[in-house]
Amino acid sequence: MSIKMSAIHDKIGQFPRELEDESIYIMREVAAQFERPALLFSGGKDSITLVRLAQKAFFPGKIPFPLVHIDTGHNFPETIEFRDWLAKETGAELIVRYVQDSIDQGKAKEESGKYASRNVLQTVTLLDTIEEFKFDACIGGARRDEEKARAKERIFSVRDDFGQWDAKRQRPELFDMLNGRISVGENVRVFPISNWTELDVWNYIKEEKMEIPSIYFAHQRQVIQRDGMLWADSEHLNKEADEIPFETTVRFRTVGDMTCTAAVSSHAVDIDVIIEEILSAEISERGARIDDKRSEAAMEKRKQQGYF
Amino acid sequence: MDILRIATAGSVDDGKSTLIGRLLYETNSITKDKIEALESASKRKGLNFLDLSLLTDGLIAEREQGITIDVANIYFSTPTRKYIIADTPGHIEYTRNMVTGASNAKVSLILVDARQGIVEQTARHLSIASLLRIPKVIICVNKMDLVQYEESKFNEIQHKLSELVSKTTFKGQTVSYLPISSLFGQNITKKALDMPWFNGNTLLGELETFEFAETLAQAPARFPVQFVVRPMTEAYHDYRGYAGKISSGTFKVGDEIRVLPTGQTSTIATIEKFENSLEQAIAGESIVMTLSNDIDISRGNSIVLASETDLPSLKDFSAHVCWLDHQALSPGKTYLLQHGIHVTKAKITQITERLDVTQQTSTTEVGQLNLNEIGKISLRTAQAISADKYAENPSNGSFILIDEFSNSTVGVGFVD
Ligand SMILES: Nc1nc2c(ncn2[C@@H]2O[C@H](COP(=O)(O)OP(=O)(O)OP(=O)(O)O)[C@@H](O)[C@H]2O)c(=O)[nH]1
Ligand SMILES: [Mg+2]
Repeated sequence: MSIKMSAIHDKIGQFPRELEDESIYIMREVAAQFERPALLFSGGKDSITLVRLAQKAFFPGKIPFPLVHIDTGHNFPETIEFRDWLAKETGAELIVRYVQDSIDQGKAKEESGKYASRNVLQTVTLLDTIEEFKFDACIGGARRDEEKARAKERIFSVRDDFGQWDAKRQRPELFDMLNGRISVGENVRVFPISNWTELDVWNYIKEEKMEIPSIYFAHQRQVIQRDGMLWADSEHLNKEADEIPFETTVRFRTVGDMTCTAAVSSHAVDIDVIIEEILSAEISERGARIDDKRSEAAMEKRKQQGYF
Repeated sequence: MDILRIATAGSVDDGKSTLIGRLLYETNSITKDKIEALESASKRKGLNFLDLSLLTDGLIAEREQGITIDVANIYFSTPTRKYIIADTPGHIEYTRNMVTGASNAKVSLILVDARQGIVEQTARHLSIASLLRIPKVIICVNKMDLVQYEESKFNEIQHKLSELVSKTTFKGQTVSYLPISSLFGQNITKKALDMPWFNGNTLLGELETFEFAETLAQAPARFPVQFVVRPMTEAYHDYRGYAGKISSGTFKVGDEIRVLPTGQTSTIATIEKFENSLEQAIAGESIVMTLSNDIDISRGNSIVLASETDLPSLKDFSAHVCWLDHQALSPGKTYLLQHGIHVTKAKITQITERLDVTQQTSTTEVGQLNLNEIGKISLRTAQAISADKYAENPSNGSFILIDEFSNSTVGVGFVD
């Protein structure tokens, strides 16, 4: 343990600046190569990082594309509050579309059972939104270190009419040259922080002194225990009779929907402690996402359907 | 903290994915839940050991067939540096993915199966590493456990390989040889107890001590303009900034510059990075530059130093290409050529050579270049491109070819 801790301290606070240069370059390519790009904003730390990078890329001009949020209706209220604040702060245009509307229109069907979530449903709303605004490029905050199917994804990832990803037919991406040419109906998902790790993101947030939603820090919350993890109690969570909420100190390591993001027991109230926790954590970030646990190939399958 | 980019190479089943899994495992880069997932996946496959290749073979088709199809990018760090490893496929059918993965690498790890020694892919990947001018090649003679860790076996392979290497290598490239076992973790991060006869570094030791002196900052200054920043707000009414990533060299405030291809000159007024003003910026940095007078510059133009006499400007030139598409390259066809961010039409006037990478020879009078083949072509572009010779300034000497109809990236070229 002692060896591990000293190694941890060596790694803290070192953000490779090269990564920022690379991501800003990608942001500018998006603005130059596409007619109607959008930045998909979830309120999580990765998309907050994207907004920061976009801000830097076009400064002193404004971010030349809108922030788009697909609101599942299961978001943490803190995330929504933060989203509205950030849009105001940066002066960027904010577009919100609701999964509830897709459900009301009969295009998506609410899941049932105790693991019901709207994670899969948001793809329907996303594809409709892309069509509504004729977006030709959507910038997302996915990183290759998150999951093994993501590790295979290009920076410019071309999707067909249905938003589908074809892993076997990806365009070669050589050096730093990005080819964003597409045919009618196709669009591109762009991942500017592909090469960042979770730790890089946290170190960046720290060095840049960025604001993040309060739920990333330790706070008191009503939770239930399920499958060895802690879940935030809310009206959206389908609880079984023996799942009785109790209050404890937790924080969130990743911010998705309330129904599919587990909390971790933590007393980390500032970013340095968060970084130390990450370095010594035994569970990877995605391990706290029930949506990936459905099967070993869950991510690849969702991506084929047009998921991010 | 610097970043070292590495790519694997070698034939199918030589153990590339296993090697990377082993590196991650021994550097404590895998979390407990991922190891558990690995244990159960290995068990399902009926194995009684951890199949570390499953860490990177992330696609359903890859796990079904037990091979790598597309590049996976894997990350880990030590107190010394951050590593990005591109795990590439060994199958010849996916050579284009191998080239893609290797294009950004500073180190190429070429695996050789100790039982088989040099095979066709060894030669192919050695030539590709040289074509891309990768400065360091580490040849890992893997599966030493299957040849009883015999020194003579390793020496024999090293001897034969060095003959081949002498034909492919270039000045400035270093090549080293390591006997390893990825499966049993011999010589990966720990000295091989079973090979006491080997005195060299471990693989991680080689990587940690590799100094890739950044020569890029000393190369000729090249700044391709990516985006023109014109806020047109009250505070920045007349502001006009040129945004881009410096591809090579150094720019300083006060430098006299020239814009290509127009030839106009000006002086650098400011170099900015977000809210900070800098005195100078070097290769790799994404900046915004403002100039002392208003001249007409648009995306795709390049800024160089006005003092330079030998200007990079090409319209009729020859290049080596690696073909990446199922539809062959044939002379007379027009493609879009993208050099950095600058796109123009290009006509392939001739294919002058095809390289036989296994024999290190070439044939002339070539009708076409097929998928995964490497050759030499002559081409002519509609607009001049501001490219240097790849061998002299790699970061400004490569381009891609795009099919105008399918929009795919079909080839990668290196200016001769
Ligand atoms: N005995 C032994 N087997 C090994 C060693 N390294 C890898 N293997 C085995 O060789 C097989 C192929 O390993 P992979 O790592 O998938 O090979 P690869 O080079 O990534 O293959 P492709 O990506 O498909 O080109 C697996 O069954 C491994 O367990 C080793 O050092 N010793
Ligand atoms: Mg492999």
